[in-house]
Amino acid sequence: MAILTYLEAIRAGMSEEMQRDEGVFVLGEDVGKGGVLNATKGMRDRFGERRVLDTPLSESAIVGVAIGAAMVGMRPIAEIQFADFIFPATNQIISEAAKIRYRSNNDWFCPIVIRVPYGATGGGGLYHSQCPESVFFGTPGLKIVAPSTAYDAKGLLKASVRDDDPVLYFEHKKCYLYISDDVPDEDYTVPIGKAAVKREGDDITVIAYGMAVHLALKAAEQLEKEGISVHVLDLRTLHPLDQSAIFEATAKTGRILIVHEDNKTGGIGAEIAAIIAEHLLYQLDAPILRFCPPDVPAVGMAPTLEKFFLPNVDTLKEAMRRLAEM
Amino acid sequence: MSTPHLAKHQQLGLTDAQVLSMYTLMLTARKFDERATLIQRSGKTAFHISSIGQETAQVAAAFALEKQHDYFLPYYRDYALVLSVGMTVRELMLATFLKGEDINGGRQMPGHFGYRKHHIVTGSSPVSTQVPHAVGIALAAVMKQEDRVAFVTFGEGSSNQGDVHEGFNFAGIFKLPVIFMCENNQYAISIPAHRQVAGRIVDRAAGYGFPGVRVDGNDALEVYGAVKEARNRALRGAGPTLIEAMMYRIPPHSTADDDMQYRTRDEVEYHKEQDGIESFRRYLFECGVLNEELDRSVNEDVMREVNEAAKYADKAPYPEPESALRHVYAKDGGA
Repeated sequence: MAILTYLEAIRAGMSEEMQRDEGVFVLGEDVGKGGVLNATKGMRDRFGERRVLDTPLSESAIVGVAIGAAMVGMRPIAEIQFADFIFPATNQIISEAAKIRYRSNNDWFCPIVIRVPYGATGGGGLYHSQCPESVFFGTPGLKIVAPSTAYDAKGLLKASVRDDDPVLYFEHKKCYLYISDDVPDEDYTVPIGKAAVKREGDDITVIAYGMAVHLALKAAEQLEKEGISVHVLDLRTLHPLDQSAIFEATAKTGRILIVHEDNKTGGIGAEIAAIIAEHLLYQLDAPILRFCPPDVPAVGMAPTLEKFFLPNVDTLKEAMRRLAEM
Repeated sequence: MSTPHLAKHQQLGLTDAQVLSMYTLMLTARKFDERATLIQRSGKTAFHISSIGQETAQVAAAFALEKQHDYFLPYYRDYALVLSVGMTVRELMLATFLKGEDINGGRQMPGHFGYRKHHIVTGSSPVSTQVPHAVGIALAAVMKQEDRVAFVTFGEGSSNQGDVHEGFNFAGIFKLPVIFMCENNQYAISIPAHRQVAGRIVDRAAGYGFPGVRVDGNDALEVYGAVKEARNRALRGAGPTLIEAMMYRIPPHSTADDDMQYRTRDEVEYHKEQDGIESFRRYLFECGVLNEELDRSVNEDVMREVNEAAKYADKAPYPEPESALRHVYAKDGGA
């Protein structure tokens, strides 16, 4: 057991899978030098330039080539440099990867992992900060994971590589160095499709993923002093959603707040709210609330604009208090 | 050194039996296609998209490649290609009729191929997405040190998609064993090539650092030679080749298209005269591989196969409605 940062845990997950299986390889822009965000640092020295493959600046080819390789037995991990640049590959992800098993009646399948560094980190502006998970959410055939801890980052990375279907692996850039926790040295996976209760509480339930989980935990800690007991559920997998975990967390308090950094309209919170309303409306003691950035195209570059845009512990705490008092 | 006693196909390394088989496959694709069009016109199926005029190049290319070894990434008109690498007319008819026994379970539009056993890689309707897949398959072959190539086709309209250019560049950089064949049939639905493509497609290869070859798509032996050479190049690590096969789409874009809105009957008639199957037939007569009697029996065999396939597929049951829920993920009954 060692304390690893979230970023180190991702790297450890990739390296261990490459060690275990010759078919696993990484491809993306600048991954050889370690990637612009250092996720693949040192991996080229260890595995060689073929298995840590620097690609041209061509997101559709990065994903399309990975799909081709995956269909003939490889296990590629494609890195999109910033989530904001995933859109040229969207046709390959939605029209191809997601539909290969289905359209071929299970004759072909496509075990790729697409790593997508997302989220605002301070000074990223509109195009180095986005959370595009809702663009892919609701695409049957895809799986989407979004770990919040180092433990989950490694375990979900390994589970994604071993999964026989395409997985979008959303890694929050603010978690990279800010989050560290105990990560076992021995082989383990975190199952795709399972949420985790991060904190038990009785008054309100916060459902979150990625960096928002940490905001919620911090806010919960502070609210405890005010006598508000908060239950926190970390989704970990966004697609398919762990519905039974959502139902349990809902039944626990009857007051639900969903928080994410992706836009409010059409975000994953909307689907969670709908699922709860469909199944557990009469167990609710208050309206379902969502706490998300405003519906503007993306976060502004100036510090004041970014601070205003992003949820933080104080603003989240306020929303949680409001729900508790309803 | 010329070897005048050998026929042209023998000089290229093709046996008499192989060229006869090529001719048979061209005819099979043509007769399948004509029947599938009739079936659509009779109201039994909703849609057919034809390959008439493109069979020669498709069959010739397939014969220059290795079945169940190389990978094939066809586009939606490649009936003759998939027949040449292992699919049967019955299987094509099952796909036409969207029956449950179809390899794709009746899910895909006709002309959307995929058959793992035959290394025919599953395809979709957004055009040219298969090009980067071919590059990825070629990359995997290099990584696994396997001597095989990926062969991918697309139309001249599709050649304008970003995926073609991204795929070319990627394959060019890493000198991957992939063969790109553009089936330039002169029309992207209603838009003629001169309004669809700036410059010549074959010249685009130079921009990505590999050779481009333009061939007469109605000349089976010329296409065969070009693909054969491209395959040899790929296998010796010299990288990709772009082949632009010139041909003409004889029918409308699909059964839902009226081509008389954008071209003339005279133009179509002129190109019917250039039919590659007919010229290959003449060639086979000239070199003594084919004669009237053999030709008649080949035609009869093909017609019998098409008739039986159509009858079988017509009677076959549709997929179970609930099968729509299967194979979204591996756990729904997948690998």
